[in-house]
Amino acid sequence: MPITLASFLQIDLPAMLAALLATVSCGLLGNFLVLRRQSLMGDAISHAVLPGIVLAFLFWGSRATWPMFFGAACAGVLAAVIIELVRRLGRLDSGTAMGVVFSVFFAGGVVLMEQAAAHAVDLDADCVLYGQLEDILWLAPTGLASLLEPAVWADMPREVTTLALTLAVVSAVVLLFYKELKLTSFDPELATTLGFPAGLFNVLLMVLVAAVAVAAFEAVGSILVIAMFICPAAAARLFTDRLGRQIWLSLGFAVVAALGGYLLAASAPLWAGVPSALAASGMIAVVAGALLGVAVLFAPRYGALARAMRLGELAEARERAAAEPLATNLSNR
Amino acid sequence: MSIGHESGVWPSLGETLHVLTFQGGFNTSVVLVGVTLLGVAAGLVGTFAVLRRRALMSDTLSHATLPGITLAFIVAVMLGASGRSLPVLLAGAALSGILGVLTVQFISRHTRLPEDAAMGAVLSVFFGLGFVMLSYIQTMATGEQGGIGKFIYGQTATMGVTDATVIGIVALGTTLASLLLFKEFRLVCFDPDYATVLGWRISLIDLAMMALVVAVTVVGLRAVGLILVIALVVIPPAAARFWTERLWVMAVVAALLGGLSGYLGAAASALFPRFPAGGIIVLVAGFFFLLSLLFAPARGVLAAGFRQLRLRRDIASQHLLRGLFEAGEAGGGEVVPAAALRSRVHGPAARLALARLTWQGLIARRPDGLRLTPKGREEALRITRNHRLWEQFLMAYADLAPSHVDHSADLVEHVLSSDMVEELERQLKARGRLPRHAGPPPSPHPLASGA
Repeated sequence: MPITLASFLQIDLPAMLAALLATVSCGLLGNFLVLRRQSLMGDAISHAVLPGIVLAFLFWGSRATWPMFFGAACAGVLAAVIIELVRRLGRLDSGTAMGVVFSVFFAGGVVLMEQAAAHAVDLDADCVLYGQLEDILWLAPTGLASLLEPAVWADMPREVTTLALTLAVVSAVVLLFYKELKLTSFDPELATTLGFPAGLFNVLLMVLVAAVAVAAFEAVGSILVIAMFICPAAAARLFTDRLGRQIWLSLGFAVVAALGGYLLAASAPLWAGVPSALAASGMIAVVAGALLGVAVLFAPRYGALARAMRLGELAEARERAAAEPLATNLSNR
Repeated sequence: MSIGHESGVWPSLGETLHVLTFQGGFNTSVVLVGVTLLGVAAGLVGTFAVLRRRALMSDTLSHATLPGITLAFIVAVMLGASGRSLPVLLAGAALSGILGVLTVQFISRHTRLPEDAAMGAVLSVFFGLGFVMLSYIQTMATGEQGGIGKFIYGQTATMGVTDATVIGIVALGTTLASLLLFKEFRLVCFDPDYATVLGWRISLIDLAMMALVVAVTVVGLRAVGLILVIALVVIPPAAARFWTERLWVMAVVAALLGGLSGYLGAAASALFPRFPAGGIIVLVAGFFFLLSLLFAPARGVLAAGFRQLRLRRDIASQHLLRGLFEAGEAGGGEVVPAAALRSRVHGPAARLALARLTWQGLIARRPDGLRLTPKGREEALRITRNHRLWEQFLMAYADLAPSHVDHSADLVEHVLSSDMVEELERQLKARGRLPRHAGPPPSPHPLASGA
C-alpha cells in the first residue's frame, strides 16, 4: 500500500499518537512502580481489570468509554484490595497472593467474555490481550489543510482523546504530589514518621495504575502494557541515581519505543518481505525490551558489563595487594 | 470452545453423572483423565514453587513460552513440516520459557534492578515478541494458523487422544520426579542455608524445581492456556497451605485440590456450551482457595479468629479470678461489686469469660456483686501464685521496679506452662525469695483496692 499524506493522517498518525500517549503515561508511573518494587502490581492489575471491562460491557451493551473505564477501574482497585487482604489474612507472600487473585480475576473475565460472545457482540479476547492499535482510525483529515478545521479535530478517535486526558491527569497528579511520591517511594517509614500517609499514596498510585492500564489496554492490550510500565523506567534506572533525571530519561525511552516500534512494524513489508504490517503493539514492547537489554548490558555504571569490569579490577587490585607484602617479606629475608 | 453439544443450557443429572463417571464418550473421558493428572502434577510441583516463593516466576515462564511456540511453528512450516506437531511446539515453548527464566536471573543478579521488575519486563517483552511473530504467522500461506490460538487460551474441546496422552505422561513423570526429589526440595524450601552447609548445590536443586515447573506449564498450555496455567501451579498449593503445617500433607492436599479442579473444570466445560475449560478450572481452584482461606482449621481465617478469641477469653478469666482474689486479700468482703473489677476486665472477651466461669461454678453471681466459690478460690490461688512468682522472677533477674512489674508480668504469665512454673519456684526458692507457706508470695506492689 503506497503511503500518501492522507493515509498517514488517517491511519498512522492516530495509531502513533495513541501508542505515544499510552507509553508515556505508563512510563511516567512505571518509575514509581520500579522504585517501590511493585512492578508486578501493574501486571496483576492489568490482568484483573478484564472482568470489570466485560461486566460493564454486558451491562451497558456497548463499548462506550466511561462505563468500561468505570468497570475496569473498580475491578483493578478491588483486585489490589483483595491481594492485600489475602496476603495479610492468609499470611502468604505477596507473589503468591498476586498470582492467586489476578489469575482468578482473569479467569472470571475469560468465562464472562465467552458468555458475552453468546450475545453476538464485538468483544473478543484477542483485542483485550493485544489491543488493537491498527483499528484506531481518524477518518476526518484529508490533507494538511484540513488540520486547520476544528470539525476535523472533533472527530479525533475516542481512544486518543481518552489517553490524552489520562496522561494529563496522571502528569498533573505526579507534578502535584511529586515530593510525597518520591519520599514514600524511597523511605515509607520516614514518610510516615514525618506525617505523610504512605498508605494513602500507595492507594493513589494503584488507582492511577489501574486508570492508565484501562486507558492503554484498548490500544496496546493488557499484557503489553506491562512492558510499557516497566521497561522504560527500569532502563532509565540503570543510567542515573537522580529520580528527576530518571523520569525524563524514561519518558525519552517511552517515546523512542512507541515511535520506533510503530514504524518498525508498519515498515515490515519493506524489511521483512511480509505482505502486510506486523503487530505494532508487540513491536513496541520488543523495542522497549531492546532498550532495556542495551541498558542492562552497557549502562555506564550499573550495567552488567561495567559491573563485571569493576569486579575484575577489584580482583586484580586485591591480588596485587596480596602479592606485595609477600614480595617485601621475601626481599627482607 | 467446549466439548459438549450446543443444544440445551442445563445438562440433565444423567448427563452430568455420565461425564463425571467417564462415560461421556471416549474423547471426553480421555481429556478428563489428562486434565486431572495435570492438576495433580501441577499441585505437587507448585507446592515447592510456592514455598520457595517462585509463584510469579512460573507466571513469567508461562508468558515467555509464546515466542518459542510461534518460532517453532514458523520454522516447522518453513522446513515443510506440519506446524501442528505438538512435540515441536512444546519443545519451542520449553526452550523460550527457560530462556525467559535465565534472563530474569541474569538481570537480577548482574544489575541493580529488583527481581520483580526483571520478571515483569521479561514476561511482557517475550509476550510482545511472540505476538509480533504471531502477526507474521497470520501472513504466512499455510492453513494451520488457527492451531496457535489454543495455546494462549487453552482448549480442551479440540484435545485429542494424543494430546491427552502427552499431558498424562508428562504429568506422571513430573509427579514421580517431585516425589523422588522430595527431601532435596524440602530442605531448599525451608532452610537453604543449611542445605548449603550440607554441601548441596542449591542452584542445581532450584534448576530441577524450575525444570519440573517448565514441564507442567508447557503441557498445561494446551489445556488451560498460557495466561492461566500459572493458576494451576499457584492456587492449589496456596489453598493447601491453610490446611496444615506439614509439608507432605500440604503436597497431598495441593495435588488433590489441583486434580479435583482439573476434573470438575474439564467436566463442566464438557457439559456446558460456552464454558471455556481454562477459565472454569481456575475458577473452581479459586473457589477451593476461598473455602480454605476462610474455613481451614490449621491456618484459616475463622480458625485463627476463633483461637484468638479463646486466648482473650482465657486471659480475661485469669484477670477476673485474680482480681477477685486480690480484692479479698486487700481486706474487702467476700462479695466484690462488679463495678470494682471494671478497670481490670471489660469488653466482650470479659463478658464471655464471666459467663464461662459462672457456668463452670468458679464464680457465683450475687445481687450485690461477684463471689469466688471454694473451687474458684482454689483456681484463683493458683493463678495469683503464678503471677506473683513471675513478678518475683522479673524483679530478681530482670531488675524491674516493683511498681512496673505488674504489667510486665501480665504480658507473659498467661502462657506459662506448668514446667515453667516449677522451674520458677525452684529458682526463686534457691534465692530465698519465696515464703515457706504454700500460698502465693505477697504482692510486691500495693494492690488496687478491689472493694
